[in-house]
Amino acid sequence: MSRLTVGPFNRVEGDLELTLEIEDGRVAEARVGSTLYRGFEQILVGRPANDALTIAPRICGICSVSQSLAAAAALREISGVRPPPNGALAANLVHAAENIADHLSHFYLFFMPDFARESYAQRPWHGEIVRRFKAAEGGAPRDMLPARARLLHMMGLIAGKWPHSLALQPGGVTRALDLGGKMRLLAILSDFRAFAETHLFGAALEQMAALETPAQLWAHAEGPGDFAAFLRVARDLRLDELGRCALPLMSFGAYHAEEGPLFRAGVVDPTGAAAPFGAIAEQVATSFFADSTEDPAQAVTLPDMERAGAYSFAKAPRLGGRPAETGAVARQAVAGQKLIRALLAQAGASHVLVRVVARVLEIARVTLAAEAWARALNLRESFCEPAREPAAGAGVGRVEAARGALGHWLRVERGVIAGYQIIAPTTWNFSPRDANGVPGPLEQALVGVETGAQGAKAVAIQHVVRSFDPCMVCTAH
Amino acid sequence: MTSSRKTLLWLQAGSCGGCTMAALEQGGAGLFAELRGLGLDLLWHPSLSEATGDEVLSLFARIETGAQKLDIFCVEGALLRGPNGTGRFNRLSGTQRTLLDLSRSMASHAEMTVAVGSCAAFGGVPAGDPDPTDACGLQYDGAEAGGVLGAGWRSRTGLPVVNVAGCAPHPGWIVETLGALAAGDLGPDDLDALGRPLFFAGHLAHHGCSRNEFYEFKASARTLSERGCLMEHLGCKATQAIGDCNQRAWNGGGTCTHAGFACISCTSPGFEAARNTHVTPKIGGIPVGLPLDMPKAWFMTLAALSKSATPARVRENAEADRLVVTPKRAK
Repeated sequence: MSRLTVGPFNRVEGDLELTLEIEDGRVAEARVGSTLYRGFEQILVGRPANDALTIAPRICGICSVSQSLAAAAALREISGVRPPPNGALAANLVHAAENIADHLSHFYLFFMPDFARESYAQRPWHGEIVRRFKAAEGGAPRDMLPARARLLHMMGLIAGKWPHSLALQPGGVTRALDLGGKMRLLAILSDFRAFAETHLFGAALEQMAALETPAQLWAHAEGPGDFAAFLRVARDLRLDELGRCALPLMSFGAYHAEEGPLFRAGVVDPTGAAAPFGAIAEQVATSFFADSTEDPAQAVTLPDMERAGAYSFAKAPRLGGRPAETGAVARQAVAGQKLIRALLAQAGASHVLVRVVARVLEIARVTLAAEAWARALNLRESFCEPAREPAAGAGVGRVEAARGALGHWLRVERGVIAGYQIIAPTTWNFSPRDANGVPGPLEQALVGVETGAQGAKAVAIQHVVRSFDPCMVCTAH
Repeated sequence: MTSSRKTLLWLQAGSCGGCTMAALEQGGAGLFAELRGLGLDLLWHPSLSEATGDEVLSLFARIETGAQKLDIFCVEGALLRGPNGTGRFNRLSGTQRTLLDLSRSMASHAEMTVAVGSCAAFGGVPAGDPDPTDACGLQYDGAEAGGVLGAGWRSRTGLPVVNVAGCAPHPGWIVETLGALAAGDLGPDDLDALGRPLFFAGHLAHHGCSRNEFYEFKASARTLSERGCLMEHLGCKATQAIGDCNQRAWNGGGTCTHAGFACISCTSPGFEAARNTHVTPKIGGIPVGLPLDMPKAWFMTLAALSKSATPARVRENAEADRLVVTPKRAK
């Protein structure tokens, strides 16, 4: 058995370190560490409650809108304010823009470039992938980046700028759109649809959103577009057998509206069976933190660099005592998307293929929903309900960031923040071991991965890690 | 003939990744094409490059031995000196080296060094009270010169650290600064006293604000989502903050004040220390923070005069979330 430390690990949004035990050319054990700590949960304490809206989004410049929405939702639970329908629709629109932009960045900039590596030079698809996806050189970013920037014009219209806006408030958004603004939103979405249908899908969004069976998915692999190119690679490399993880899949529910969320909240097993939404606790047995209560509503964060056995600045969140996987695959499985359910059921586990497919399909589903939200804006009505600043109370903001379930646990006393705990999606997925020694989702998914003679340099490890679309800056905040 | 192209290395220290996200919005054909067009060759960026693990460590080693020329070195994120000066709150994964140490070394080998964002420039939000990680900027600790490299530090080309402040900065501020450095067009005289390029730092965020008429007449919004000026009641610092924010399109046409929320002066050192972002601090009903270079007595006199002359249209629209009175010729 040999022990290897992997890093610096790039294209993962932040600082990730893997320690692998390799035995007979396979990963026998994996430890996943986060090597950056900034102390946001300490910085938030003692500030006026509403300043959470200024500080908390700055945890992460990638999912800044999700962080804003979680902070606003936590404050809303205390103040009881209800945003008017336009406020909820506008928030959904900027949230959709951020999440789609994240999915695009992941697919085009973080995940696909690994297939352009020299180690795949002998595969029949390699030339096509190099031309399209080679990091910083391939042709695809020339199509994708301007389309992504154009999509983010929705931020300019509603949120002023991205990342880091103060437009998203407990009572709605700070700018009431006029008729010109609504038309610009529709024009932006139309431009984005054109990019997605031409370059990503080679098919209509409706057709992609309607995919229900693995057979339909593989039939799509023969068509044009970047997603089809991925499917051909995935079929050749059997990415459905790579990075398997059989843990509960959890979603906090995404895109809230009058009639309920677009994607509902819940927990399912990879087999599709509904599971209970157990209590959420955070452990620090292998994290560089001093002991505190496990309840995020009461916990205090204090670093302890000398803690015996610690290997990560991430805590270990547990759902009813178990690790859980979160992200687009969980969101779509919980929402009952048939193709995702079928791919999970075939394997009895999540895997590299289904994580990527769920994300890309979500681009189609969410764009369609965003078109409807933009049309539904009623410009005669308000966009924001004034909210009083809470003097005391406790609230939890639960949202779905692109990468999965994000929670902010807020406690206010005498007008100031007395406690603030954040559990980010990658904190779940890249959790270190808990007090019982149970590994987190990525730690489980890496076990058994073939490394051959390559050891930690094996590109399969890169695929498994990036299939989760990790965001390490959120993870340890 | 030596190549006039410049090499670029970008590292992330105590960062949120937001400056990179901002940079990715730049360029009609995307960031990579934009950088190439401006004469820049990207050696490595943690979010965007193929090289990983040992490949990256060997790049750092080649820079340190001089085998690889490094022209422009960018840091995104605060430099974390804690705990106890060790820098271990931010370790380069896979190694025992800290970003504090690596950044110092890369800066010493680079022709020019750029702090991208207010964190790398001044410390930013991670330096917010109680400053859990002893965060600072490359050449500033808040507004005080010093930081990691020291007040007197100059790069090989004689420049101090170029501070592209902002949280996050405008994508154009980042890429135009890099382009200007690559072209040899940015010298010490093109920076303000805090190392910020004057092409954006020579303006106030207030200049070009779409709420300007409300400002002129002191017709103020009282609650969020109203159209009036945000300075009197809702905490706006745009008359005191540097940046050509309102002369540029952010994400196609937005700005903070245009979207209805206060400028929090994110280009300034120490902006993270402010409390009650959405409330203007006042003494005796008068805002504490008045326009940067305006004598208080004049401001008070003009404010009183303009308030008395405010057209009804401006007054009524200021406290509405949409146009309620349209312009008409006065009778």
